[in-house]
Amino acid sequence: MIASAVAFFARLFTGARAHWRGCAPCSRQRIYFANHTSNLDFVLLWSSFPPEMRRQTRPIAAHDYWTGSSARRWIAAKVFRAVLIERKKVTRENNPIGSMLAALSEGSSLILFPEGTRCPDGVMTDFKPGLYHLAKERPDVELVPVFIDNLNRVLPKGEILPVPLLCSVTFGEPIALLPDESKVDFVARARASVLQLRPA
Amino acid sequence: MNLDRETLWLFGGMIAILTVASIIGAILRRRVTSESGKKVVDNLVARTRAWWLMCAVFGTALAIGRLAPVVMFAFTSFLALREFITLTPTRPGDHRALFWAFFIILPLHYWFLADQWLGMFLIFIPVYAFLFIPIRAAMAGETERFLERTAKIQWGLMVCVYFTSYAPALLMLRIPGYSVETPAQNAKLLFFLVFVTQISDVMQYVWGKLCGKRPVAPKVSPSKTVEGLVGGGLSATLLGACLWWSTPFTFLQAAGLSAVIVAMGFCGGLVMSAIKRDRGVKDYGESIPGHGGVMDRIDSLCFAAPVFFHLVRKFFC
Repeated sequence: MIASAVAFFARLFTGARAHWRGCAPCSRQRIYFANHTSNLDFVLLWSSFPPEMRRQTRPIAAHDYWTGSSARRWIAAKVFRAVLIERKKVTRENNPIGSMLAALSEGSSLILFPEGTRCPDGVMTDFKPGLYHLAKERPDVELVPVFIDNLNRVLPKGEILPVPLLCSVTFGEPIALLPDESKVDFVARARASVLQLRPA
Repeated sequence: MNLDRETLWLFGGMIAILTVASIIGAILRRRVTSESGKKVVDNLVARTRAWWLMCAVFGTALAIGRLAPVVMFAFTSFLALREFITLTPTRPGDHRALFWAFFIILPLHYWFLADQWLGMFLIFIPVYAFLFIPIRAAMAGETERFLERTAKIQWGLMVCVYFTSYAPALLMLRIPGYSVETPAQNAKLLFFLVFVTQISDVMQYVWGKLCGKRPVAPKVSPSKTVEGLVGGGLSATLLGACLWWSTPFTFLQAAGLSAVIVAMGFCGGLVMSAIKRDRGVKDYGESIPGHGGVMDRIDSLCFAAPVFFHLVRKFFC
């Protein structure tokens, strides 16, 4: 209920258009990986799915941010069923890859921002290698690159009140880990596949 | 409700025109077989469909009464401003100023209109928003291309909000024989303005498609032709003049005012196209199928509305 209201409002506010350029929306298990420029990123990405896909897709979010206040904790847990991962003090027990693999084995699709943090000017930084480990462990899950355009202007880092601007979400063609492709190569290729979707 | 006999005639006329357009679209769809022709016809059909919807919304707002058109235009301004600012390269330092533009300045401006505080309505954006936007941006502390950014936000407010709102402001004019108590009279004035700007766009499009050869401004807007401008402009002026019975004007006055509206509307389309070309896009958005964005639809209206308003206010009030 609240989730669909949030999705409706997010789309109304940003006039967001979903362009399924390289694949179609379907219930296959997938990892959507996107550029990260705003706290609203996963809300908008998730809103551009049909409702039944929303139910089976969980965003990966930072534990330190989303447990910062009780409101955030509630939103993360109840509305978006986020998989919270540790960014700062990573140990063997709270290894982020472990939590993501656990969510995948429950059958969920994931939304992942491999840059790990928001970049202020909408310029993409390098990807962290988590995507490579997931691709290696779960070759059956499709990896779909996504480019979110203009959202960094709607809610820049450090701002609370959003400004209504038109945004778009573009889904590209799924990529897969090639046999004997190195970690560095794969991560660079994944990043390029997102960048390539940037509207002219 | 806000309907008298003349308004009903106007609405009936609109439905008749739209019906004819839909029938022509259906016939063309059967006859035209070439690939390029099909694209044009598809676009024509999409445009006509969107026209039905836009006329329904506008007609309903007019029928409800004085406040409904104000709310409708406020929402239109909001959508247009959103498209305009999306195309304008602002910086993070503009964020708070933009928030004010969308959620404080725009609603306040339309509230002054709804409240019939005409003096404030006329100066709020040109004076107070003009002063406030650079102040807020300076407080944010980002100086890079400061004047350019401020000017662009102010320009967006002027075109998308201030000039557009002159259309519903017609409802507040006190014309002898008209009164705010019988808003149907003023509603017909607003209908006249919107009808002439829009039919002028349509007629220019039709004439341009039928016999357009020489482009008027090939760099700015390749689709605007001399033939389209002259043929479309004259037919829109004539059609506008034929609505004199629903306005406070004589036939000749209605023709003259229509010509002014057509000319200003054409210039509006030209100016807003120049901005699109500069930003390297074809349309302001894709919210209205076949037409582009909201700004693409109202570009002629926002240039014609203030001139028409002030002419009526000067000579007929």
